[in-house]
Amino acid sequence: MTFLTDALLVAGKDLRIERRSRVALQQILPFGGIVVVIFAFALDANRASLPEAAPGLFWAAVLLAALLAISRSFAVEESNGARDGLRLSGIDAGSIFVGKAVAIAVELFLLEVVLGAAVIVLYGVTVHGVVVLLCTALAATIGLAATGTVYGVLATGLRARDTLVPLLVLPAVTPVMLGATRAFAAALDGTTSDAWPWVQLLAAFAILVIAAGTVAFGPLLEEA
Amino acid sequence: MTFLRERGLGISVVVALAITAVFALWISPRDIEQGEAVRLLYLHVPTIWIAFLAFFVTALSSVLWLVPRTRSTTWDLLAGASAEVGVVFTGITLVVGSLWGRPTWGTYWVWDARLTTTAILFFLYLGYLALRRTGSTAEERGKRCAIAALIAFADVPIVHFSVTWWQTLHQSGTVFNNKISVQIHGSMAFTLLWSVASFTLFYVYLVMRRLQLAELEEGLEERELEIAITERVRAEQVVPV
Repeated sequence: MTFLTDALLVAGKDLRIERRSRVALQQILPFGGIVVVIFAFALDANRASLPEAAPGLFWAAVLLAALLAISRSFAVEESNGARDGLRLSGIDAGSIFVGKAVAIAVELFLLEVVLGAAVIVLYGVTVHGVVVLLCTALAATIGLAATGTVYGVLATGLRARDTLVPLLVLPAVTPVMLGATRAFAAALDGTTSDAWPWVQLLAAFAILVIAAGTVAFGPLLEEA
Repeated sequence: MTFLRERGLGISVVVALAITAVFALWISPRDIEQGEAVRLLYLHVPTIWIAFLAFFVTALSSVLWLVPRTRSTTWDLLAGASAEVGVVFTGITLVVGSLWGRPTWGTYWVWDARLTTTAILFFLYLGYLALRRTGSTAEERGKRCAIAALIAFADVPIVHFSVTWWQTLHQSGTVFNNKISVQIHGSMAFTLLWSVASFTLFYVYLVMRRLQLAELEEGLEERELEIAITERVRAEQVVPV
């Protein structure tokens, strides 16, 4: 049980920092919003292509904003020797990994709610299959947050961390981008049966990354 | 002796590749369907084979680094050397494949599962190489890179699976049709086998030289550190207190 309580402790810490510093609210969220608007310019908002491309654009916006959230999650550990504090706290490295991933996932989930609303309004999307959409978002977000946490700690303390993390994360999360986009597209088309296999793929991906991260986080945190 | 052996390997690589070129460009016949474009395959097939071999070697040496009993800086350097060669050959594969696709399929690029996976593979290992170049101690770099290499290696099948699935669900047929049984002309088969063999030799030579270079670089760093320490000690001795 301590594994989970410790993880929640770490997640609570990260979320409290975000609530007080408001970086997520005042920088990452507006960034996601402007990406959604930029996509409308890229595809010419006057034509019918926007609603059709909406699932992919939504997830691309989430992915870009997620990169900022990942960077931020490890930037807060840099100052005041916070990382040493974390290491010396006696909390199991696996718990720290899960905790940090949960915090990123919660932030992303809130971001997705807002961006989702923006996409519905701005791109003129009609919502179908809410259950599928929620399950997809949940599985994809967990996979995304877990992958980001693994690569975030991998690049911790390196000089080029901020530019390195996107290059490492984006190719690795190809399955999430594909799966989430296809599942959303299927759900919005009303063919929810096509979406479930993708949700399963997303869930499997999330479980694999969590397993790998829990094992690898200890040695990586030690080294950083 | 080592010098002679290396030189010998280098010369055999050049000879083997020259024979490949002669067979690929002149001796083997042109294809009925693909025409002269088929000759690109004698470059395309070996390069992708080398890329896979190289990334496999990277993963294997990363495991050998991670296992405490076999841990040695050489494994880390070998992983890096092999990944570098792998990325170059993946790049060549993509370029040659596009050049072959233009006359054969009428387009440079299709979002076929194999092509897409290869493109992602290219970027995954570019990221790995970028991670290698961020300076830190040998121990630290070894650990980070070994773990990153294994994650990348494990990610490739998942990427391939999801991309394949994406294509089968949304495209009625892919370019590669397994049902057509292909009859390969004898000299074509020989050219292909010979080119794969000669490129494998080329890979061994490249990785060997790259590994030597990496070891020299490591040695140089240590030497520079030693020199700096001796100079510091000497300076402190000269200055009277």
